[in-house]
Amino acid sequence: MQTPQDSDSLQSSRSGKRDSRRHTPKANMSGLYQRAIREAFIKLDPRTEVKNPVMFVVWVGTIVTFLVTLDPNLFGTVQADPGQQRLLNGLITFILFFTLVFANFAEAVAEGRGKAQADALRSTRSDTIAHKLLPDGSIQEVSSTELQRGDQVKVVAGDMIPADGEVIKGIASVDESAITGESAPVLKQPGTDIMSSVTGGTRILSDELILKVASDPGQGFIDRMIALVEGAERVKTPNEIALTVLLTVLTLVFLIVVATVSPLANYVQAPTTIAILISLLVALIPTTIGGLLSAIGIAGMDRVAQFNVIATSGRAVEACGDISTLVLDKTGTITLGNRLADEFIPVDGHTVEEVAQIALAASVFDETPEGKSIVILAERNSANINFNTDDASGVEFTARTRMSGTDLPNGKEVRKGAVDAVKGFVRSRGGTIPVQLDAAYERVSRLGGTPLAVCQDGEIYGVIYLKDIVKAGLRERFDQLRRMGVKTIMLTGDNRITASVIAEEAGVDDFIAEATPEDKIDVIRREQAEGKLVAMTGDGTNDAPALAQANVGVAMNSGTQAAKEAANMVDLDSDPTKLIDLVTIGKQLLITRGALTTFSIANDIAKYFAIIPTIFAAAGIGSLNIMGLKSPQSAIISALIYNALIIPALIPLALKGVQFRPLTADQLLRRNILIYGVGGVIAPFIAIKIIDVLLPFS
Amino acid sequence: MSFTREASRAVRSTLVLWVLTAIIYPLAMIAFGQIVFPFQANGSIIKNAQGQDVGSALIGQPFTSDRYFNSRPSTTSYSTADPKKDDAGVLKTGVSGASNLAPSNPALLDRMKGKSDPDPTKAIEGDIPRLQKAGVKQPTADLVYTSGSSLDPHITPEGAAAQLDRVAKARGLQPNQLEPLISQNTDGRFLGIFGEPGVNVLKLNLALDALKPAS
Amino acid sequence: MFQGWIQIALTLLIVVAITPFLGGYMARVYLGERTLLDPVLNPVERILFKLSGVQTRENMTGWQYIKAVLYSNLVMALLLTFILFSQGWLPFNPTALSEPTWDTVLHTVISFITNTDQQHYSGETTYGYFAQFAGLGYMLFVSAATGLAVGIAFIRGLTGRPLGNFYVDLTQSITRILLPIGIIGTILFIAGGVPETLTGPAIVPTLENPAISQAIARGPVAHFEILKQIGENGGGFFAVNSAHPFENPSPFTNLIQTVGMVMIPSSFIYTYGVIANNRKQAWLVYGMVLTISIVFIIFNGISEYNGNPAVNALLGGQVPNLEGKEVRFGWAQSALFSVITTGTMTGAVNSFHDSFMPTGGFVMMSNMFLQIIWGGQGTGTAYLFAYLILAVFVTGLMVGRTPEFLGRKIEKREVVLAGFLILLVHPIAILIPGAIAMSLPSAPDGVTAQGFYNGITNPSFHGLTQVLYEYASAAANNGSGFGGLLTSQPAPSALWWNLSASFSLLAGRYVPIVALLLLADSMSRKQPVPMTSGTLRTDTGLFTGITAGVILIMGALTFFPVLALGPIAEAFQIAKGIG
Repeated sequence: MQTPQDSDSLQSSRSGKRDSRRHTPKANMSGLYQRAIREAFIKLDPRTEVKNPVMFVVWVGTIVTFLVTLDPNLFGTVQADPGQQRLLNGLITFILFFTLVFANFAEAVAEGRGKAQADALRSTRSDTIAHKLLPDGSIQEVSSTELQRGDQVKVVAGDMIPADGEVIKGIASVDESAITGESAPVLKQPGTDIMSSVTGGTRILSDELILKVASDPGQGFIDRMIALVEGAERVKTPNEIALTVLLTVLTLVFLIVVATVSPLANYVQAPTTIAILISLLVALIPTTIGGLLSAIGIAGMDRVAQFNVIATSGRAVEACGDISTLVLDKTGTITLGNRLADEFIPVDGHTVEEVAQIALAASVFDETPEGKSIVILAERNSANINFNTDDASGVEFTARTRMSGTDLPNGKEVRKGAVDAVKGFVRSRGGTIPVQLDAAYERVSRLGGTPLAVCQDGEIYGVIYLKDIVKAGLRERFDQLRRMGVKTIMLTGDNRITASVIAEEAGVDDFIAEATPEDKIDVIRREQAEGKLVAMTGDGTNDAPALAQANVGVAMNSGTQAAKEAANMVDLDSDPTKLIDLVTIGKQLLITRGALTTFSIANDIAKYFAIIPTIFAAAGIGSLNIMGLKSPQSAIISALIYNALIIPALIPLALKGVQFRPLTADQLLRRNILIYGVGGVIAPFIAIKIIDVLLPFS
Repeated sequence: MSFTREASRAVRSTLVLWVLTAIIYPLAMIAFGQIVFPFQANGSIIKNAQGQDVGSALIGQPFTSDRYFNSRPSTTSYSTADPKKDDAGVLKTGVSGASNLAPSNPALLDRMKGKSDPDPTKAIEGDIPRLQKAGVKQPTADLVYTSGSSLDPHITPEGAAAQLDRVAKARGLQPNQLEPLISQNTDGRFLGIFGEPGVNVLKLNLALDALKPAS
Repeated sequence: MFQGWIQIALTLLIVVAITPFLGGYMARVYLGERTLLDPVLNPVERILFKLSGVQTRENMTGWQYIKAVLYSNLVMALLLTFILFSQGWLPFNPTALSEPTWDTVLHTVISFITNTDQQHYSGETTYGYFAQFAGLGYMLFVSAATGLAVGIAFIRGLTGRPLGNFYVDLTQSITRILLPIGIIGTILFIAGGVPETLTGPAIVPTLENPAISQAIARGPVAHFEILKQIGENGGGFFAVNSAHPFENPSPFTNLIQTVGMVMIPSSFIYTYGVIANNRKQAWLVYGMVLTISIVFIIFNGISEYNGNPAVNALLGGQVPNLEGKEVRFGWAQSALFSVITTGTMTGAVNSFHDSFMPTGGFVMMSNMFLQIIWGGQGTGTAYLFAYLILAVFVTGLMVGRTPEFLGRKIEKREVVLAGFLILLVHPIAILIPGAIAMSLPSAPDGVTAQGFYNGITNPSFHGLTQVLYEYASAAANNGSGFGGLLTSQPAPSALWWNLSASFSLLAGRYVPIVALLLLADSMSRKQPVPMTSGTLRTDTGLFTGITAGVILIMGALTFFPVLALGPIAEAFQIAKGIG
């Protein structure tokens, strides 16, 4: 019997491996901040600023305050001492300028991190010389960047593979560590789903291959991802667009509020200056979220890239947060890809030791993980090899025989395989079928396992229980997903009984047994018809339609080109459980935007209370100055300094994202509204008061 | 759908609903009112012993003399005018209106406490001095604040009580003779809960005139 | 004082008690279910629909509904214009009033078709009986019914139903809601002393001085009055509106008027609950609105009860502020009425808002800025849910999903519609003309010529409030006013006010209606997403509280500077002592 510790150790070693390669390829972050500071100033170009309506208002405001610093009487005579007025206007200009720089800096840092990530990605695909096969059979040397979709290229051992493509001829081992971090070379050959696709930037280690290029220059997955993480060609996501609309509306509202307040104030003989009005405007418009919005988006893509997932659009990442159904393949996603021997079940008077002995003999030459696990289990049951392996010969598994085994030196044939197949073998050797066999078969099936019969010549000794091992920690993750409102559906080719046992063990919400590729599409369509967003993973060519149908389709990098084309994300590590992490990243992205928007708007209360009573003190509303700020000048400058400093203060949050906890929506809302809503109301009161105390104004 | 069809539907609906709500409904309600509640429907007009109309039970009248319980100050003098010189046409239609003075408007205080001015047309007597002269030592709020309608038929019971002695003296009556009149002409709260009790000044003063001198 | 609060509490209790019955009834009407009045009304409606050529089964798309609203309202406005201009030769004009100035007619027509009933005229002296009952009285029905139709179409769209047919909704709002309540109300009003006659004013000699005559204006008031209240119209038959003893003779009629104006908008929230099959959410939102309203009433009540400190000093004791108030209503019924009338967009007044303490001005203006403290006929509930959508959008991202309301995703289109409609219309229609008006000169003494003058009559901060109140009232389609502002002909400033207020009236009515219907249309077309534990629930106390926060921050902060320079500054001024 296999012990629980064994299964644990097996899985932990596996997940450990995953962690170790998560952050490859490594991005080089040195010099990031120096570059970002430089970028922050370059971005002051009005052609850049105009793309962000909130910050553009600040930009225009800065210009105007600068002008009234030069000439305080530019827009009508000011009563106050012009020198003092100039000083105040100058200070306001200075702070507004830095508000802009800080916002630009936030974006530049996010972009810088993206660029570093992109450079790391790009380094995997340096410009190489490709050997293009011309139709007449001759070979032309071209740059890899000139390759078009459909071109055929020849690569030989030692070459860099010039582009994403499909193997059409040859067999070779390829080192994919550059993108996956997996050091073991992978065998590539044509015609197979998994093994026929190659990625640009990987290196061929042996032999030679003829490839058909699958993407146009600059259109490969990595190219697209580079563009995304750099933020260069960033298309705003639907939520981001909607949020921008809201921020623009708010900006317009406050523009009207501030523009109209001047005649009102004049009427009640509490006139104010243009610089002060601009200060009020900048304090009220949502500069905090306006300044950080694009940084949040870029950082979200960056986080996806750090997970070694390539997304083809920001929309796909955002959609991850909205997923309400995950369609998961059993094999490789929920269970470890391989089944492991768990128990020997003897039949008709045989002992466990006998079964172990025969099973061991039948598995000596079996190099598959299943075979190895049988050997381990047999040895633990004190079986040993009592023949000279050099004289024995292995019989390989074929799809036709569905058996494998060993021909022993003494002429006996030991076999293990599908129960039906072994029955047939035994009959052909003149043996009888033990009565207990069917019972054992059913028992194993009911447990969700795969039964393998073992026999020697005409005699069946028993059944090996091959157990599907559910990955560790999955149950907890599915529980988390359920709490977040995400339903999981398992797809498997197993029969209903087996499927239900695994489903139960893994804790998925639903399963489809004996599933065909068409079932996959059907289940996705069915869920989508209910209005749900569906995510799935896949790798085979026959998964491609389902990947295309799903709202989020994640293809394994080891999968076929067709699958990758159909998907909107590619997982370089080919780890299907990552889908769950992607859901978290998507949600985090949305939460961060929502939290900072709420915070930004909630801040306005304090800013109002800081500025309005002091600038309109002539109207006798000084008692509203509940913070007890020292003077109008000090109040305005304090509010503006707070307004400017809160942007860099929140950059780490924007880049890292608000911490996500797998809670229900109500719990999340309660928590976040407390931190960012209520906190957003209170924090500026305290901060502005502190700044006011520190300022050397009277 | 064509523009003509939409326009025709809009026009036809407009007319059909107009006939229903602006012709049938009001005329039916007027007929109902005239038949079932003719007194109320025609403005609760009260007549004197001679059968002449003297006013409405619901509309106040100006009373400023000592012989009568004074009504509240009114911006339109209760929609009254001298028929011989009614330049503003008050008697053509009847009017109503409030002072609309803000609580912060100095004119409000001037109106109450009076204001002397070398130009006699700009001088204001002031409600409080006027009331105090008329024997109301402690003017109540209703007697110094103008009403919303300028037609308020009521004063508060306290406002009436404050004038009791003066009216009794002016008419040579005992104050206790007048007390029952006040309570008889007080409109109470609805169901004893809603609104405030008010003394109907016109009705009180009519009852006052009907009272025989106590000699 | 205690007595006053009891009256207020009982009145509100009656309103709450009516809600499920009236709300449930309206839901049945609009869902086409059977109601008590079917035997009478079905044949009547069949005739009406036949005559007007309405296909009752036809559902309209958003744009079709919008076009129907606009076309019908335009035709109705033209009919009213015709009646008002021709009143000189039309019948039932005992006071022989001739046609008013063109700008007065323009403003009156726009004001009444928009369900605002802002009056830049005095009823007694401007419009004859026929113009009142056949012209303005018609608008009391159709403008209210238009609001109800838009409101119900919005609710239908929000809950994923087809929007319905505007003409059917318009007609049924009249035949099944406004007319039945109107008839009952008329009877109660006439019994309570409200005139209902075609006879002209009574001229009587006054008791004290028979040489002086009193003109007692009257007319067909009762049937007009009840519609004025229940349709949230607010346009009084007489100049002083519900303060007039003939419009509102007693505490009994005042109770009907108060309950009457809040009854439909409050029940409409419940109607939503029935149609959305989520009564819990309806009651939560109802509770939120009621709470804000109660807070406003308490503020207003306390400050009116405490009175004007300057006057109190003169009188040597604390008395309620009764300036512009009727004895029969006192401080309590006046304070209650003023909060309800500005919250519900009725705009009727039983006391004069211009003379309220600054707290009163503050809460009344806040009511109109927010326009959801019950809100307009039908549109109030729609606004409320548009605010909910906005709250979902702002805070809903914080649960890590694309925000959705009733399972429908809030995307760019919805934010554009809800954002512009809720947040932008008011600043444009209130602050911009307000700022212009504040820059205009006052008409110099002796000027009779029309021109662009501001017409302010109260000094300083209160003058500012007068102006902003006027535009807030117009933009929110409320119609009440700080009556001191010189908006009526023949004041020199009347032209400016008639024109500029007309702009605010139209902007405040039709831009939101178009936006609401498009919003409903776009929501109804969305594939609903099923509820999961990851979905933000909007029918919780938590979310309702957040909505209140969003409403107060986004709605009220827009107007904080105005409130600070107007009523707040005036309050400090009074506290310091006038002059």
